[in-house]
Amino acid sequence: MKKVFAFTDGLTRLPTHYCPGCTHGVIHRMIGEIMVELGIRERTVGIAPVGCSVLAYKYFNCDMFEASHGRAPAVATGAKRTRPDLMLFTYQGDGDLASIGMAEIIHAANRGEKFTTIFVNNAIYGMTGGQMAPTTMPRQRSTTTPAGRDPAECGFPIRMAELLTTLTTPAFIARVSSHTAAQSVRAKKVIKEAFEHQMAGTCFTFVEVLSICPTNWGLSPKESNRWLEREMMPYYPLGVFKRPQESTGGDHGKH
Amino acid sequence: MANTEVLMAGFGGQGMLLSGKLLAYAAMYDGKEVSWLPSYGPEMRGGTANVTVVISDKPVGSPYIIEPSALLVMNGPSLEKFGARVKKGGLIVINTSLVAVACERTDVTVVYVDAGGLAVKAGAARAANIVMLGVYVGYSGIVSHDLAAKMIEKEFAEKAKFIPANLAAFEAGYSAGVESRKGGA
Amino acid sequence: MAKVLMKGNEAIGEAAIRAGCVHFFGYPITPQSEVPEYLAKRLPEVGGKFVQAESEVAASNMIYGAAGVGMRVLTTSSSPGISLMAEAMSYIAACELPVVVVNIMRGGPGLGGILPAQGDYLQATKGMGHGDFDLIVLAPSSVQEAVDLTIKAFELAEKYRNPVMVIGDGMIGQMMEPVSFPDVEIGPPLKPGDWALTGCVNRKPRIITSLYLDAMDLHNHNVHLKKKFAVITEHEQRHEAYNCDGEYDVLVTAFGMMARMCKTAIDTLAAEGIQVGLFRPISLKPFPYEACKNAMLKGKRVLDVEMNMGQMIEDVKLAGLGARQIDFFGRAGGVIPSVEEVMNEIRACHAKAKEKNP
Repeated sequence: MKKVFAFTDGLTRLPTHYCPGCTHGVIHRMIGEIMVELGIRERTVGIAPVGCSVLAYKYFNCDMFEASHGRAPAVATGAKRTRPDLMLFTYQGDGDLASIGMAEIIHAANRGEKFTTIFVNNAIYGMTGGQMAPTTMPRQRSTTTPAGRDPAECGFPIRMAELLTTLTTPAFIARVSSHTAAQSVRAKKVIKEAFEHQMAGTCFTFVEVLSICPTNWGLSPKESNRWLEREMMPYYPLGVFKRPQESTGGDHGKH
Repeated sequence: MANTEVLMAGFGGQGMLLSGKLLAYAAMYDGKEVSWLPSYGPEMRGGTANVTVVISDKPVGSPYIIEPSALLVMNGPSLEKFGARVKKGGLIVINTSLVAVACERTDVTVVYVDAGGLAVKAGAARAANIVMLGVYVGYSGIVSHDLAAKMIEKEFAEKAKFIPANLAAFEAGYSAGVESRKGGA
Repeated sequence: MAKVLMKGNEAIGEAAIRAGCVHFFGYPITPQSEVPEYLAKRLPEVGGKFVQAESEVAASNMIYGAAGVGMRVLTTSSSPGISLMAEAMSYIAACELPVVVVNIMRGGPGLGGILPAQGDYLQATKGMGHGDFDLIVLAPSSVQEAVDLTIKAFELAEKYRNPVMVIGDGMIGQMMEPVSFPDVEIGPPLKPGDWALTGCVNRKPRIITSLYLDAMDLHNHNVHLKKKFAVITEHEQRHEAYNCDGEYDVLVTAFGMMARMCKTAIDTLAAEGIQVGLFRPISLKPFPYEACKNAMLKGKRVLDVEMNMGQMIEDVKLAGLGARQIDFFGRAGGVIPSVEEVMNEIRACHAKAKEKNP
C-alpha cells in the first residue's frame, strides 16, 4: 500500500490550538518539512511572536524562542549575528510585524540580517478576538471597526512585501498564499528558496503568506477562501518581488 | 601636597580638553592620582568647553570642583564665567590674543600670555592650547618639563608631522611661564 | 598591567572585552555614546559583533536573542533609553538569561537633560519592568570600579542566570581616570548551559519563553525567581564603610560618584575635628541592609546625599527601621552638589545630632 501521508520530523506531534479552517497549521507544516528536506532542523532556531501563533514554539521540532510583541526580528538579529552558523526564522502575524513591530522588521531587513521571516497576513487580529490589523481591508468589519475599516480614519492596509521591496539592501521578498492546496505547494517552494538563501548566507529573506481567519471573519472556510481571492489577492498580489541577484545597483525588484 | 585643581576653559574646538588630558597623563606618569572631568554637551564646536583636572597624592575625592586653584582661559566668556571662582592665592592664566580685558582680581596671581601669537610663531596657529599648557607647567612646576613634552610626543605619535610645532609651542609657553614665576615671585 | 587614562564609558567597553564579551547591541544617547563608539572600533578587532540598533527597544531584544543562543552580550544606555528597555528586561529576567546592561544616568524625568544624575535608583532596584523580578544592580564610584564591576557583572549574570545592571551617573561615563585592566586580552567565551538554544543536535528541542498560561505554573515560576534572588541576597551584598572604624555622630549614606564626593567633605571635616562615617552600598540590589544598619547604629543621626530628590533614602530607612533620624540632601537634573554644600549639610546634621533628645 502506498503511504500518502506521514508526520514530518520538523513538527512535534502536539495537536495545534488553531481554529478550524485556519491555515497556520498548513504553514507550520511547510516550514517543518523544509527544515527536514534541507537537513537543517538541528541547527535551526525559530522565534514565535505574540498573536495567534504565540504557541508556535510548541509545534516546531527545533529550538524555539518566544519573543515579545513585534520584537522577533530584533531577537533574531541578536541570535544570528552572534551565532551565524545557526538558521534563524521568525514567524509573525500582521499585528506583530506590521503594527507594533514595524520598526524592528524594517531595520532588520534594511541591515540585511541573514534570517528568514515568515509573515502570516490574515487581515485581522486573531488571538485578541478580531480587532483591526494594519492589513485589514477597506470596509472590512472588525471588533474595533464595527462599521468597516474607513481609510479616511484608519488609512489603507499596509503592503509589507512591497514596502520592504523599496529598500535598497539586497533581499529575497515574496508573497504567497496558503488558502488552497495548489497555492500551498507554490508557497512551500518559495519559502524553501528563502531558507536556501539564508543557508548560503546571501541576504535577508521575507515571505508574506496570505491566510484565512474564518473565526474572526465570520465566514465558513469555503467562504473565507473566496473572500481572500476576491478582496485580498487583488490588493496583495502574489509573486517574488525581489531576488538577491536582481536587487543590486538600486534595482528595486521586478514583479 | 594639597589637591591641585586646574580648570581649563575655552571655546569648543580650541583644544583645552586635550591640554587637560596631557596634564593629567603627565601627572599620572609622575605617580600622582588624577581625574579629568569635562563639561559635555550638545555644542561640539564653538560652544564653551571646559575640563577640570585634579592632581593629588591621595585618591581623588570629588572630581567636580567649584573653586579651582588654577584657571587657564582661552577666551573672554570663560574668564567672565570662572574668573571669580578661583581660590584666593590661586593662579589665572589668560590668553591675551582673545581676551581683551584685564582680570580685576588682586588676590590671585594673573599671568597674561599671547598664546595665539606664540602659537603662530611656533608654526602651529592651532596650538594655543599647548602654549597655555606650557605656561602652566612652567609657572607651577606641577610636572616636569620633560614629562609634559613626552606626553605631547606620545599624543601626536600617529601624526608625527605635528610634533615639532607643538613642542615649539609648548617651549614658548613654558619659557613664558618660568619667566612669569621669576617676575612674580 | 600598566595604568592608562581612560574615559569611564570607554573603560566599560574595554572591561566587557576583558570579561570575554565580544558582542554589543546598542543605540547612541548622551552621556553614554562613547561605549558604542569605542566598541564599534574594538569589537571587529577581537572577532566580535557590534550592531547599532534602531532603538533601545530593539537593542534590548537583540541581547535577549544573543544571550538566548548562549553568547555573552552587553548593551548600554542612559536613562530615557533604559526606560525603553524595560520590556525586554522583564522578558530576560523571566527567561533567566545572563545579560549585562549599563545605565549611565542623566537628569530626568522625561527627556530631562544630559548632565549627571542618579534619578534611576528606584527604577533599577524596584521597578525595572512589569511583573515580579529583580535585577542585580552594581554602582561604581570610580572609573576603576566601573571596570571591576563590569567584569563582576558578567560573572554574576552567568552564575545566577540573572540580568545585571551597572549603574553610574554621567560623570562616571565622561570623566577620565587612571585605570588598569586584567592581563587577559579577551576573556574566555561563555560555556552555554543546558538552557541555551544552540541547535538541537542529538537532544530534544529547547524553548526559551516567559509565557505560562497556567496560573499555578506561573506562580511557581515566580516563586522560583524569588528563591533565586534570596540566594543572591544572601551572597552578593557589597558595600564600603569609609571612616567608620572610629567614633562618629553622623553617618552619611550615598552611592556612586556622590559617595566619593562625600568622602572629600568627610576628609575636610575631619581636619576640623568633626568625624563623619560614610556608608556606600556597592550592590544597590541586593541592598546591604544589615551592614547599613550597623553603620547607622554606631552614630546618632544620618544624612543621605543623592543626585536626585531622595530615592535610596527609602532603603536607608528600611535598613534603620526608625532607629535613627535621617536627613536628606539632594540635587536633581544635573546639578552636582558641591563639596562645600555637602559639608554644610553635614555640619547641620551634626549640630542636630549633638542636641539632646533629637
